[in-house]
Amino acid sequence: MDLFSETILDHYKHPNNKGSLKNPSISINELNPLCGDRLRVDLKIDSKGRIEEVGILPQGCAISTASASLLSEKLKGKSLKEIEKINEKDIFKMLGIEINPGRIKCAMLPLVTIKKALLLIKSHS
Amino acid sequence: MFNISQIKKQFPIFSHKIDGKYLVYLDSGASSQKPKIVIDTLKNYYENSYANIHRGIYSLSEKSTEAYEHSRETIAKFINAKESKEIIFTKNSTESINLVATSYGNTFINKDDEIIVSVLEHHSNLVPWQELAKRRQAKLKIIPLKKDLTLDFEAYKKLLTKKTKLIALTAMSNVTGTIIPVEKFIKEAKKYKAKTLIDGAQSVPHLKTDVQKMDCDFLVFSAHKMLGPTGVGILYGKTEILESIPPFLHGGDMISRVKQFESTYAELPWKFEAGTPNIADVIAFEKAIEFINKIGITNIEQHEKALLKYAKEKFSKYPEVKLYTPTNENNAGGILSFTVEGIHPHDLATIFNEDNVCIRVGQHCAAPLMDALKIIAINRISFYLYNDFKDIDKAEKSLQKALKLFK
Repeated sequence: MDLFSETILDHYKHPNNKGSLKNPSISINELNPLCGDRLRVDLKIDSKGRIEEVGILPQGCAISTASASLLSEKLKGKSLKEIEKINEKDIFKMLGIEINPGRIKCAMLPLVTIKKALLLIKSHS
Repeated sequence: MFNISQIKKQFPIFSHKIDGKYLVYLDSGASSQKPKIVIDTLKNYYENSYANIHRGIYSLSEKSTEAYEHSRETIAKFINAKESKEIIFTKNSTESINLVATSYGNTFINKDDEIIVSVLEHHSNLVPWQELAKRRQAKLKIIPLKKDLTLDFEAYKKLLTKKTKLIALTAMSNVTGTIIPVEKFIKEAKKYKAKTLIDGAQSVPHLKTDVQKMDCDFLVFSAHKMLGPTGVGILYGKTEILESIPPFLHGGDMISRVKQFESTYAELPWKFEAGTPNIADVIAFEKAIEFINKIGITNIEQHEKALLKYAKEKFSKYPEVKLYTPTNENNAGGILSFTVEGIHPHDLATIFNEDNVCIRVGQHCAAPLMDALKIIAINRISFYLYNDFKDIDKAEKSLQKALKLFK
């Protein structure tokens, strides 16, 4: 039962930064059409271009929810450039579990969502 | 007699451990396992009698042609088609539907015409019609679901108009297992001279199918869901209609005469079978049908009903479990879909997988139905003739494990 470690289950049941932000700089929705998982991420960016606040609304499995919860913690205080550097390997490390191929998409949903947000921010600025 | 241990023995995949455990296969709705006779036929054919069909003068090719056409006859008998030329080989049900959407649709569906489907449809019996409607500026209408998870027949009657040209309807839902009384729907369609296509991908492997009694214009199904190999789909169409529509794919094998700038096309069924077909798999599929015939399709249906009843009793004991199955058991085939409060289907399937219990989870290529049921994804158990009560017991154990872990 490696996949469902205590950390994963804990983040699934009580995700960090759960909820929407009042005045987000950007709000983004992403979904995994295969399983129907949905994720909304709200970001508040301060005047220096760093992430001030994160709000997540996960609607999915333990893996994608835990991944969103852990990632949301990681984002705080980071500059957009620093966030750009986060890759799949970092997500695997962050989750600390072995993920079988069928579940990689779940684990990566939050990262994909954040990357999409970055692209949007870039196109706006 | 339905001897389950005898039946199971004829499927090599159940005879040995995989990743240290015997397989509990509860995903036949996605694809079925194959009996030894089907696997052996493939091997034997390639080793001893392989040649292309419909061309060679040498005896090996003649034998191949004969075996290929013999399979067509067996399939025709299995669904009680009037003639074997009403059976067209495609690569799967999806291709069969696309053939009709293109060849029939582009010929007979015009601006403002109406096509009716149901909310239960698999994407394969929805997306081709969405595209056809766009292409021909036609209108797509959708039959809704009732609370008991059957289709709303009264609503359907109201959807029918003089402009209705085609009804494309599943005979059994791949999610809820709802068996649709298609005869009733077809009869109603005929009042408006509308054509009917029945998606039999889930029903033909499990329920007795009689196209003449049903009186549908088209029926599609797939070999791989009924003990046959992958890569063989069937399109049944009434001769008169198949003759009235143009070919789908063009090239070798489907022609009658070819000149530099113009060609005429072959007779049915070959008009719709361009290029070298999937000969070996078609030949092996005949063995799958013979296997089903030997056991008896109604025996299979009865067996699956018993399994469904047992599974329902077991799973409904858990307050966290919500079943999505027709209220009246008579309306349900061998499929049981359910959600578990607090456990996402992906997580549940992962836990089941640790016990080598294969179930399907997700949206099941039926996103509109997920929306209608107001869920994001669902777990599905689906049965076939090789499943026994022990399989359900094992699935229940996995469920208990999941509930404990996620408590």
